[in-house]
Amino acid sequence: MKTYHFEIVIVGAGPAGLAAACAAAESGKRVAVLDDTPWLGGQIWRGEQARPSISQARKWIERFRTTGVTLLDRTSVVAVPRRGLLTAEHPEGPRAIRWQQLILATGARELFLPFPGWTLPGVMGPGGMQSLVKNGWPVAGQRVVVAGSGPLLLAVADGLSKHGARIVSINEQAPFAQVAGFGLTLLAHPSKLWQGIQIKWRLLGIPYRLGVWPVAAEGDTQVRRVTLTNGEKNWTENCDALACGFGLVPNVELALALGCRLQNGFVQVDKWQATTVDDVFCCGEPTGIGGADCALIEGLVAGYAATGQRSRAADLFYKRAHWHHFRERLAKAFALRTEVRQLASDDTILCRCEDVTLARVRRFSGWRDAKLQSRCGMGPCQGRICGAAAKVVLGWEMESVRPPILPARVEALLVLNGNSNGPAASPLSKT
Amino acid sequence: MNHDVIIVGAGIVGAACAAECARAGLKVLVLERGTIGGGTTAAGMGHIVVMDDSEAQFALSSFSRRLWHELAPQLPADVEFDACGTLWVAADEEEMAEVYRKQKFYSDRGVRVEVLDAEGVRRWEPNLRPNMAGGLRVPDDAVLYPPCAARFLLEQAARDGAELRTGVEVVELLPSGGVLLRDGTRLSADRSVSATGPWSPALTPGLPVRKRKGHLVITDRYPDYVRHQIVELGYLKSAHSMGKDSVAFNIQPRKTGQMLIGSSRQFDVEDTAIDPGILDRMLRRAAEYLPTVLRLSAIRAWTGHRAATPDKLPIIGPSVASERIWLATGHEGLGITTSLGTGRLLADLLLGRKSEIDPEPFKPERFESGKHAVGHEVAAKRAE
Repeated sequence: MKTYHFEIVIVGAGPAGLAAACAAAESGKRVAVLDDTPWLGGQIWRGEQARPSISQARKWIERFRTTGVTLLDRTSVVAVPRRGLLTAEHPEGPRAIRWQQLILATGARELFLPFPGWTLPGVMGPGGMQSLVKNGWPVAGQRVVVAGSGPLLLAVADGLSKHGARIVSINEQAPFAQVAGFGLTLLAHPSKLWQGIQIKWRLLGIPYRLGVWPVAAEGDTQVRRVTLTNGEKNWTENCDALACGFGLVPNVELALALGCRLQNGFVQVDKWQATTVDDVFCCGEPTGIGGADCALIEGLVAGYAATGQRSRAADLFYKRAHWHHFRERLAKAFALRTEVRQLASDDTILCRCEDVTLARVRRFSGWRDAKLQSRCGMGPCQGRICGAAAKVVLGWEMESVRPPILPARVEALLVLNGNSNGPAASPLSKT
Repeated sequence: MNHDVIIVGAGIVGAACAAECARAGLKVLVLERGTIGGGTTAAGMGHIVVMDDSEAQFALSSFSRRLWHELAPQLPADVEFDACGTLWVAADEEEMAEVYRKQKFYSDRGVRVEVLDAEGVRRWEPNLRPNMAGGLRVPDDAVLYPPCAARFLLEQAARDGAELRTGVEVVELLPSGGVLLRDGTRLSADRSVSATGPWSPALTPGLPVRKRKGHLVITDRYPDYVRHQIVELGYLKSAHSMGKDSVAFNIQPRKTGQMLIGSSRQFDVEDTAIDPGILDRMLRRAAEYLPTVLRLSAIRAWTGHRAATPDKLPIIGPSVASERIWLATGHEGLGITTSLGTGRLLADLLLGRKSEIDPEPFKPERFESGKHAVGHEVAAKRAE
């Protein structure tokens, strides 16, 4: 097994991880950033490395490149066998990575809530659809309904329309009164406002509805129609794709595996971004869904604090407080209404990996019981999608995390005694 | 008395006891502090296997296997019963001698077996490393998914009038009959039965049951990667020792196409955390037999505790402390198989019916007056 030694290891190369790396590098220590993708920028800045379109992303990627920080890309953390050691999977074989200080910048994923038809081809998360389009999925001329919740809906609609998609409508579940308050918050955050105006300009003429949510998607081989509601009346819109996500879920699995304490589902940190576990820091979405600007500031604080540059970290506290205020407003503005937790009918699938319906899962007393008896959450996504949905829909908490943190080749669980060359293997057919 | 029998524990053994007692017309209450099949049952591979360590073990396991086959047509799909058979693989000539010994033992007792040479093993299981000495195929062995099997047995019990309460913790089995709950409630019954596996010494102090921790890993779906539950015969040399940590190669094809990989044994480890060292050893052992197993995608690893006894036989029958306190525990790594035989035997003993197999070797009193220590010596000798 290939082994690396670093003083500072940062997991995640999104905004928080890049900022943490830049700050940590100023200390002169040996720093590495791990990411499971082959690019810099994480999910939010996906594609920016190859074809920059966001100046902020370009600036941070360029800054990162001047630091001399080692990038271990395509490296997925599998386990934490003991303090100071991570094991990871890489296409060329397992990796052992030793660290003295660890910074978690593991980002967030989309929240999917089950409703009739949500598993049809053509229904996907807004972020997922954006990624597909950036990878060449032909969206030009396609009619796309955007629905769900959060600022990402507007940004994605904007991105899709730039690639030639015909956006039918954008439907935000949060009511006007809730989001209007957030509009005022934007005034206090000029860079966000500027983004907002730009996007609004391009999306001119496309309905951005508040207090509207999807109740069903229909189609034979793929989605063709979406039924929407404002709680009083339902109507149907034709489409070729539905981008639907209900906000973001923090990726806290690695933090849990390390033993970090959570608070309301987020990693608990102090003013130095330090978690409850010694020498482990956390920044960005896992501490609270605040967007790229918030993640950048937290990343800088974590990078400075982890390398003993405390006064530089402290200089950013005021700015960070500003973004934490924004984060709180964001959470209030886009809080989920009760109705979207109750969209599924009895035969709606909850767990896509194992084809388990919500009705079947609902009979059980909790997540563990449901898992054992129905196989819900037992598939290759390890319950990341249905577990997050079950938490929102049924109020269930997931269990503790065990290795592998992500599905990984069995060899990635061999960690200790060194024998680096596994036996030669023939490729396996997998269905 | 509200109930004839209160069964403590809704694992597969408690569930089987409940099904048999309720079927016999007894008024049954099952109490479970956690969830159905969430303890040792969830950490079992679900291997339905005939074993030959002793005549008593053979009697109980072959009787139980027959009961599983009788039940099989009624089992719902989610129990994933699959008569895939067991393949005991011999790595060398010494282990091949064990194949022939087993062949004779089983054949003499009417169990269908088939000796395979190196080529025979290769034909059935091409993913095994090529230089196996041979193996023994036991075609009527099977596998199933234990938590759903436990639930099914409880559903059967419920149809016969049994009642199940989960989230209820029993803190004492009362010598006067019945149980005391954590919240101070007393529930009365003619008899109580502890089917609490590795946790049974807490309810019946002094019972010679030790916790044996095991690890399991399950992979993504690779249909037909192996076709049998494959077990190494080095198992006899390593895994049956009482004292030290050990690993053995054991892989099971699930009906879903997933591969379940075991096994490890660690005594008296209380926690349920993954032990990276033992997991490492367990998987390296598997890779010695199935080199390509390292390239399969692992989805989950987990652990559990099994209830080990000094003579490797379960404890079934009235406790020495009280005629009103009964035991159905100590099934170690064979509880999924032997649950059905245990349930039947327990009901026979409770009702004074004649049993198909001799209940004496399983009775709790065998550990009285120093016999327990003898059990240890026997096990230690076997391990050498």
